[in-house]
Amino acid sequence: MRPVWLASRLAWRQLTHQPTRLASAVAGVVFASLLVFMQLGFHDALFDSATSTARAIRGDIIVFSRQSETTSRTSGLPRARLMQALADPDVTNVTPVYLGQVIWKNPETAVRRSIMVLGADPDSGVFALDGVSVAAERLRQRDTLLFDIQSRPEYGPIGERVARGATTVEVANRTTEVVGLFRLGASFAADGNLLTSDVNFHRLVRDRTPDMLDVGAVFLKAGANIGQVQARLQQLLPDDVRVMTRDEFIASERAYWANSAAIGFIFLFGVGMGLIVGFVIVYQILFTDVANHLSEYATLKAMGYTDQYLLAVVFSEALMLAVLGFLPGLAFSWWLFGVSAEATFLPMLLRPDMAAFVFALIFAMCAASGAVAVRKLRDANPADMF
Amino acid sequence: MMPAIKIKGLGHWFGNGDLRRQILFDLDLAIAPGEIVILTGPSGSGKTTLLTLIGALRAVEQGSLRLFGRELHGASDDDRIALRRRIGFIFQQHNLLGFLSARQNVEMALELDPALQASERRDLATVMLAKVGLGERLDHLPSKLSGGQKQRVAVARALVGNPDLVLADEPTASLDKVTGHEVATLIERLARERGASILLVTHDPRILGIADRIVAMEDGRIVDAAENRQD
Repeated sequence: MRPVWLASRLAWRQLTHQPTRLASAVAGVVFASLLVFMQLGFHDALFDSATSTARAIRGDIIVFSRQSETTSRTSGLPRARLMQALADPDVTNVTPVYLGQVIWKNPETAVRRSIMVLGADPDSGVFALDGVSVAAERLRQRDTLLFDIQSRPEYGPIGERVARGATTVEVANRTTEVVGLFRLGASFAADGNLLTSDVNFHRLVRDRTPDMLDVGAVFLKAGANIGQVQARLQQLLPDDVRVMTRDEFIASERAYWANSAAIGFIFLFGVGMGLIVGFVIVYQILFTDVANHLSEYATLKAMGYTDQYLLAVVFSEALMLAVLGFLPGLAFSWWLFGVSAEATFLPMLLRPDMAAFVFALIFAMCAASGAVAVRKLRDANPADMF
Repeated sequence: MMPAIKIKGLGHWFGNGDLRRQILFDLDLAIAPGEIVILTGPSGSGKTTLLTLIGALRAVEQGSLRLFGRELHGASDDDRIALRRRIGFIFQQHNLLGFLSARQNVEMALELDPALQASERRDLATVMLAKVGLGERLDHLPSKLSGGQKQRVAVARALVGNPDLVLADEPTASLDKVTGHEVATLIERLARERGASILLVTHDPRILGIADRIVAMEDGRIVDAAENRQD
């Protein structure tokens, strides 16, 4: 333990001897941390937003057409299929959910823009969203809907208007009333969202009949074994239906965007570039530290210091740079996440597990730089000192 | 008494294949504890190679080299590293760590001894630096010291751990004559106080006076191993 402490103290003294060099090394690590954080932040935010529709739907089990890949492009599922699920003794209730795109007219500018609309029986409680339960009664009325306050601003200042009282808008060429707000967020598939009753949904989306639903939510008795019911329903229902747990449903939505949209690759590429830049900067600093002190290191070897001790010095430097660079990188990223979230309306969240993961990456990056830089230590041969 | 260094039939080669060239030929040499020996000879005579072999910085290829009774021929790397801790090295260049103060540089020689506490290391280094006349410069970085002062810090570093042997290679070469003589007599005085042997390679005729014995080398052979008549 003691030699490690002494080696790290030596590393610390070496690092802090030249504050400008230390600052540039730390800046490199800060930059790398920042790049990795931003890439992962956008990556997670886009996936979170991509699955926001799926996550908005409650239900112990989700029934989905096998022809549908994603909630943003569904092939309808006959309502009868969902009703069949009621035959299972553990199923208490089923709720059809309807999804569609309609044209919204900005009440201020009259610019038209496509918007996602979700419809279901307002009393079913199928939507896991803030504000929905309060407005259930009002959605029973004709041509009423809720507006997603986290929609992009191009739809108009609906939040302000609703705060002043109910506001009238034109949706799918119908005059409708926004009776409340909810929170869901923009996604790849939708710049904004509306929520309404199943009845009002079919008033807006004329080419759909109530017989064809998009997502079936199945609710079970308390204490029912979800896995067993899922297996029984898959057995019971025809093969054109996929029976998933809610987690599987969200995961399949996520997998669709990850695989068919190549988004995962783009962001991992960015993470890789950030790490390479950081690696090169840290390597440069460590390598010149070793190269400039070769005769001193050789002298230490002549005095009886082991190679492992000198390795410990270089690795300590690498890991100190990791910590010194990561912490400001974390703080700076925290701030930038807020800025980005405001600019993009994406849910940019810096979670503790992401911070831990990025620290692990930065740590590994610095350790790798150290591992390459210490190869120069072999040139420190005490026999050449005389 | 067991000699500090006992060399018999020592040979050494450099290079590989056709370029392989013998540097040292069948050397015999013994240095007693506390004895001060100066090794002289022209460049390329093999003095420095001999010094690195005795310093356990190179593996012995042929013959026997016993350091403090331990055979170095065939010794493992770990054995050689352990033996180096009993030797004080002084180089032509001071080789001080530029980011450490004079005292921290001297303490580096003591940090290898796990028995010493931090306060003991500090005290020993302070006393040693006072002995080399740098008691007022403890916290100076090497860049704030003159050439002679830096070499004196290097002497303090080599001797603070009470080595059984001091190996010095041209310790005065980068110093002017007066400073060089001061450093040489400092090495002599401190080594004698501690009973350490010294093997010192030099071309500097002005410091030959400190030696008990002068050994001359030429073309890889010891040509003259006489008592120092100036003494």
